[in-house]
Amino acid sequence: MNIVVTVRLVPDLVEELEIDESGTALDMTWMRLIINEFDDHSIEQGILLKERGGGQLTVVVPDVEGADDVLFAAAAKGADRLIKVVGDFEEGVNNHALARGLAATLKDLQPDLVLTGVQAHDDLDGSVGPLLAEQLGMPYVGYVSGVEVSGNQTTVRKEYPGGLIAEMAVTLPALLGIQAADEPPRYVPISKIRQAMKSASIEELDAPELDPSGAPAVSRMFEPEAGERATMIEGDEEEIAERLIEIFQEAGIL
Amino acid sequence: MANTTVSQTPSFNEAFYTSLYEVLDGERVRTCLQCGTCSGVCPFGYLMDYPPGRMVAALRAGIFDRVMDTDTVWMCVSCYACAQECPSKIPLTAGLMTRTKEELLLAGNIPTELQSALENSQRYSNPLGESPRKRAEWAKGIQPEVTIMRLAKRPVEVLWFVGDYPSYHPRVQLASEALARVLNALEVDFGILGPEENSDGDSQRLAGERGLFEMLAEKNGQAFAKYEFGEIITADPHAYNALKNEYPALGISYPVRHYTEFLAERLDQLQPLLKQEVEARVTFHDPCYLGRANGVYDQPRVLLEAIPGLELVEMAHSRSASLCCGGGGGGMWLDGFQWEKAHPRLSEWRVREAVAAGADILAVACPYESPRFEDAAKMVKDAGKLAVRDIAELLAEAMGE
Repeated sequence: MNIVVTVRLVPDLVEELEIDESGTALDMTWMRLIINEFDDHSIEQGILLKERGGGQLTVVVPDVEGADDVLFAAAAKGADRLIKVVGDFEEGVNNHALARGLAATLKDLQPDLVLTGVQAHDDLDGSVGPLLAEQLGMPYVGYVSGVEVSGNQTTVRKEYPGGLIAEMAVTLPALLGIQAADEPPRYVPISKIRQAMKSASIEELDAPELDPSGAPAVSRMFEPEAGERATMIEGDEEEIAERLIEIFQEAGIL
Repeated sequence: MANTTVSQTPSFNEAFYTSLYEVLDGERVRTCLQCGTCSGVCPFGYLMDYPPGRMVAALRAGIFDRVMDTDTVWMCVSCYACAQECPSKIPLTAGLMTRTKEELLLAGNIPTELQSALENSQRYSNPLGESPRKRAEWAKGIQPEVTIMRLAKRPVEVLWFVGDYPSYHPRVQLASEALARVLNALEVDFGILGPEENSDGDSQRLAGERGLFEMLAEKNGQAFAKYEFGEIITADPHAYNALKNEYPALGISYPVRHYTEFLAERLDQLQPLLKQEVEARVTFHDPCYLGRANGVYDQPRVLLEAIPGLELVEMAHSRSASLCCGGGGGGMWLDGFQWEKAHPRLSEWRVREAVAAGADILAVACPYESPRFEDAAKMVKDAGKLAVRDIAELLAEAMGE
């Protein structure tokens, strides 16, 4: 089976986020990027499937700072083929452009199963999975936490709100949005990553010209602003309690 | 059915046994008497499937793979109690326990809880997962200003290797601030690396992540090489151990002292500054990596006894028999795992001893300890009034700083 995992890198929230001069996007100059948590689960799910049923696992990442590290770590975990899609990704692109940019590469790979994180914390125009499925003409199931493959069919567990889980069968090829892998992503010791850096190679494939159309335009990006309705009640405990009772009475609660 | 052919490739058991010889004095493992002292003195030996003595027995029996299938080796807090008491002087902590954790880690048999500290150390060069850029933020506001080497561009007499928890942990930052005030009062010419400093990596190494330790050591080595300084001091016994005993083998060799050694040597200069009385019964917890691992027992006590009004009392276990706080060897990042197996934390045992010794203050000299013991004091009966203070904090208080 030919499994392909697509990975996005997202702003690392350990660092301070800044808004660029345009006021509509994050300043990418000093931004540190980190693998999207859900994509990390996609890689783990891909490796688990390979370990259980064999096949080839390819990991595809757009070319941004940190892409090589992600690919070598994936190789150290057991990925067979590492692909970096080269294009104008550094400044940040929306998911519509990313899906189109990755689609050409993915078509050539002729995957049986594509895994991608169900969401990312910087999805402003929908998650990348359904957009990519549309480009590839594949069925899509999102919020998946459990995948089994048998013949040309995959059985997936999809989570719904309220504690409901549906089990559904999907004919391959298909694209899944992974919420959680069957097991938490494994740890890769540095020694194994260093080994992978020596033995594995990264293929660079060109992306077509990026087309961001179809996404909503950001008119303003800003930090959360303090509301003006809050009132700070001053005084000692007694005074504060009295004032609170008054407020509740005025509001008709007491 | 018994396999009668002789294998041409050494088994895992043999390869592992031989690898123990590579550690200093490692061949002593062959002289194990099976007396069981190690397993008895191990603070968690009572609940390990294979405590150290049985691990050696399993190795000899050629069934070490059974040890590899268990997870209780992760209860080892690398406290050196077994190695300290071993009559055959086998380097049990440095050799057997650490090598086993390395193999467990490579085999993927590692508690999930430990994983994030190691991943954080890989990515951010500190196990807490804080921004490396903020490593010197604790020092903001200290007067005279703390020198950051990259900005100062001048040699200093003393390079202070601050360490992870002293840089980032809000409780331990207070001890860092106190030490900065003490150094300033003594007019010590010191500087810190700030964002260029990385985790010393020693606890990661003892948790089995040798490759990560080497990567962090290399980064620190590169930072040290950029600046001129006379010696390194640190408040972190784990960093002290790494710099003193492990870095030289990687070609990174600088004179290093724990801050208690550094200050005890300056006692003549320090003593007249200790004007304020600290009326308290104080007991001192010997950190494993200052005491057992490196033989520093007296200097912390010398400093405490120099504080006017302070009465020093000893706990039931002290000096080389000190009881680990539970934070070493990865224990700092295995709290849930270890609590699930043991329930009372080692830090709670220790706090009980401090209460039994009648202490008002439990004095510490390792950054793992203030948060561990303060949390433990909340769990232990009659420990409500026990204060936990770093020696640097007590000194600063006695200086009126």
